[in-house]
Amino acid sequence: MTSSPAPHREDALNATKLRVAERRQSLMVLALTLPAIIAVCLVIVIPVGWLFSLSFLDSSGDLSLVNYEKMIAYKSYLRVFKTTFNVSFLTTFLCIVIGYPLAYFLSQIPRKYVGLFMLTVLLPFWTSLLVRTYAWLVMLQRNGLINNFAIDLGIWEVPVKLAHNLNGTLIGMVHIMLPFLVLPLYAAMRRIDRHALQAAANLGATPVQAFWQIFVPLSLPGVVAGSLIVFVLCLGFYVTPAVLGGGKVILVSMQITAILEDQFNWGAASALGVVLLVSTFAVLLLASRFLKLDSVMFGRR
Amino acid sequence: MQWWKSSASETQITHGQRLWLYCLAFIIMCLLVIPTVIVIPMSFSDSQYLEFPPQNWSLRWYDEYLDTPRWMNATATSFKVATLTMLVATPFGTMAAYGLFVSGGRLGKIVFFLLMTPMIVPVILIAIGTFYVFGKMGIVNSILGLVLAHTVLSVPIVMIIITSALRTYDLNQERVAQSLGSTRFRAFFEITLPQLKFSVLTAALLAFLTSFDEVIISIFLSGGGNSTLTKQMFSALRDYIDPTIAAISTLMILLSTGLMLGLQLFGDKTTEE
Amino acid sequence: MTSDTSASLSISVTELTKTYGKVFALNRVSIDVKAGEFLTLLGPSGSGKTTLLMAIAGFNRPDSGRICFGHEDVTVLPPHKRGVGMVFQNYALFPHMSVFENVAFPLKLRKIPADEKHQRVTEALQTVQLSDFAERGIDQLSGGQRQRVALARAFVFGPKILLMDEPLSALDKKLREEMQIELKQLHRQLGVTTVYVTHDQREALTMSDRIAIIDHGELAQIGTPREIYNAPANHFVASFIGESSFFPLTKNKSGTLHYAGVSVGKVPNRAMHENWTLVIRPERLSLHATKTSKNTDKIYFSGKITELVYQGETVIVMMIMEDGHNLTARMNTRAGNDVDSLRVRQNLLVGIDKQDVIIIPGEAS
Repeated sequence: MTSSPAPHREDALNATKLRVAERRQSLMVLALTLPAIIAVCLVIVIPVGWLFSLSFLDSSGDLSLVNYEKMIAYKSYLRVFKTTFNVSFLTTFLCIVIGYPLAYFLSQIPRKYVGLFMLTVLLPFWTSLLVRTYAWLVMLQRNGLINNFAIDLGIWEVPVKLAHNLNGTLIGMVHIMLPFLVLPLYAAMRRIDRHALQAAANLGATPVQAFWQIFVPLSLPGVVAGSLIVFVLCLGFYVTPAVLGGGKVILVSMQITAILEDQFNWGAASALGVVLLVSTFAVLLLASRFLKLDSVMFGRR
Repeated sequence: MQWWKSSASETQITHGQRLWLYCLAFIIMCLLVIPTVIVIPMSFSDSQYLEFPPQNWSLRWYDEYLDTPRWMNATATSFKVATLTMLVATPFGTMAAYGLFVSGGRLGKIVFFLLMTPMIVPVILIAIGTFYVFGKMGIVNSILGLVLAHTVLSVPIVMIIITSALRTYDLNQERVAQSLGSTRFRAFFEITLPQLKFSVLTAALLAFLTSFDEVIISIFLSGGGNSTLTKQMFSALRDYIDPTIAAISTLMILLSTGLMLGLQLFGDKTTEE
Repeated sequence: MTSDTSASLSISVTELTKTYGKVFALNRVSIDVKAGEFLTLLGPSGSGKTTLLMAIAGFNRPDSGRICFGHEDVTVLPPHKRGVGMVFQNYALFPHMSVFENVAFPLKLRKIPADEKHQRVTEALQTVQLSDFAERGIDQLSGGQRQRVALARAFVFGPKILLMDEPLSALDKKLREEMQIELKQLHRQLGVTTVYVTHDQREALTMSDRIAIIDHGELAQIGTPREIYNAPANHFVASFIGESSFFPLTKNKSGTLHYAGVSVGKVPNRAMHENWTLVIRPERLSLHATKTSKNTDKIYFSGKITELVYQGETVIVMMIMEDGHNLTARMNTRAGNDVDSLRVRQNLLVGIDKQDVIIIPGEAS
């Protein structure tokens, strides 16, 4: 047999001609992405890059770490980050607790009925986030629907403060984030091989054992993917906490706008933004060690 | 055999034993839907305070909405921006998705990641960043700036939909068209695009809704005569609970569900063909 | 430029090389396909046969080498200018067009006038026996019918070269065998140079004028089906085409090759290899009782039956030779062969005609 020569020999027949043609073709194909790339540069790369550089300037425009030093020195900044992570964790946790049974139900019913029940997930998903936040604001008021309903049923006697605090924020955020968890989780559950459960039953597992030892572990990638989306979206959430938190729940994104509105301090706002961005990437990077990222990157409005 | 005794799963659990799951799922579905649609009946109330069920029915708040130039202007701006965003983001995203799908390679991966960053970067950062940069470029409070920013938010969504459609599409069709004498360009337009039309339409509608419903960037980048509906609603919300917003919300729910149902019907029609 | 008016063009592939990373998909492959010939590229999956076909069609750009159609160098010509008909494994029909529109597509691109277009499409559909299906949608067709539409679409515009990538692999066995004969007849009728890719050795033997066997991106052997079956060039070809038993040979000083003390032939003078292997096709053997009058045109070995497999038209007789090597014979079940009297653990003599002896270089593995 012939001995293998090294690949890419320059002197091979037509090698140069073919390489030029190949390169030209692949460049032409990639040129299709150019308009989108330019737009992303204008809207993301340059502005975020600018913020990044602003965060390293002090008020007189000199290079310094003062904005980051302040963040460590002032307790209020630390508290904002703590609140953000707490709220994000709580929201994600509640979404899993509420979303898992729903996704499980949807994955168990015959496919022909799924479309109908899925509408209950898709309808909120398609409805403006501002509209849903507004609805919760109305329902959670002192004399709103929930309070009236609960007093009529005798669950509690005097109106409970539901809006303009952490409760309201969490309720609203869970409602808004739930579809982001249910949709990928449902898809993951549908992918589970039904024969695995039959095999488990055949080997002597009770239905409950089969569920906990076979179904749940196989659905975990879906749980991780869904919670990752929810968690990352929560980190940068603004509208719902701003409206339902009533100024009592300050997340990073709200702190950033507050600094800009009150002090017009671009350096401090940018530094907060950079830390927010870095923590978002850190979460994603950490998660990407456990699952493929591109399977997670969908669905966000 | 009664249905509740019939098997509901691979492990021979019966529907009767599953009843708790059905009840739980029903409650969760109610919790998802009711808060979404509750404002619809409330918007027809006569009262200054939002009540449920309304004591007296009226179209008072719809009149209020239609008679206020501030709301009308904002609505017009939102429609303008959303339509333009749709018209720009759909071709941009489709081209990019197609280009990346057929090229692959490491450079392709980098570009894909770059174009997906709008989904990862917190929107607040995009909002203040563009506010700063667009301010220097003089396109704050302009339709152009809003359309540009909303386009970038929509492109990943368009790309995800088109890419997943291309995954189930057989690219050999394009190859065969080329072997039969068609240029690559023509093969795309005559063979590929007609088969992707449903996905392209879906992507376009999502781009429209993404722009129409977007709040944070609009708060920063729109203003004056070019304020969007969401910006007006947000500022009204922070001050007091204006029942007019219930009317607007109802209209927005109708818009998105209308588009969604229309798409569904169109999809059924195309798959039946 | 050539002014070919004939129905077909020759294809000349020279030193074609294609790498994916550090793996050779094609390693300096040179093949000449004669005008009008039916050539099959045969090899296991991943051998590079499809890569070669795609390179000829222009969908796969090689790293180096040259491809010519007739006298024209098409190495960097884009696929739509090559004018080759192509049939894909999954047919790649256009689902948004009717059968007629699919077949008319290449004619539409060439701006053929409507009435001529109509006539040529009708003729093409007649050729593939689908005249009544012109207005059908693609999803209303069976697998075999889709195959025919793809075929009609590939030759309707009169290409001088036809390329097919495992076009029958999606069909069931019976239909596949029918289509093999039909394709062969169609090729004779059109006279177009055809390059056909398959991993099915029987399909290759059935249809081809010549077969090129590709292994690990290299051309292992090229020849007519008879040449390839009767004189495989190496171990890979001998084991890939047909069934074979392999015995190592020992060489004595005079250059004669022996197995189990029996001389089987001389070292072919073409090569200088140290090791040689005897290849025995199972259907070329005869079985005899241990005491039999020996025919001088035959070579005999003795062995013991280890397993008998009845398969209807044949019986497979598995044997172990005295030195422990395995030998398989395939005996026809007709009455004269007396295969019913064979028993496991029976000792017998195996005979093979000297003409049927195949000797290849290399060690038996």
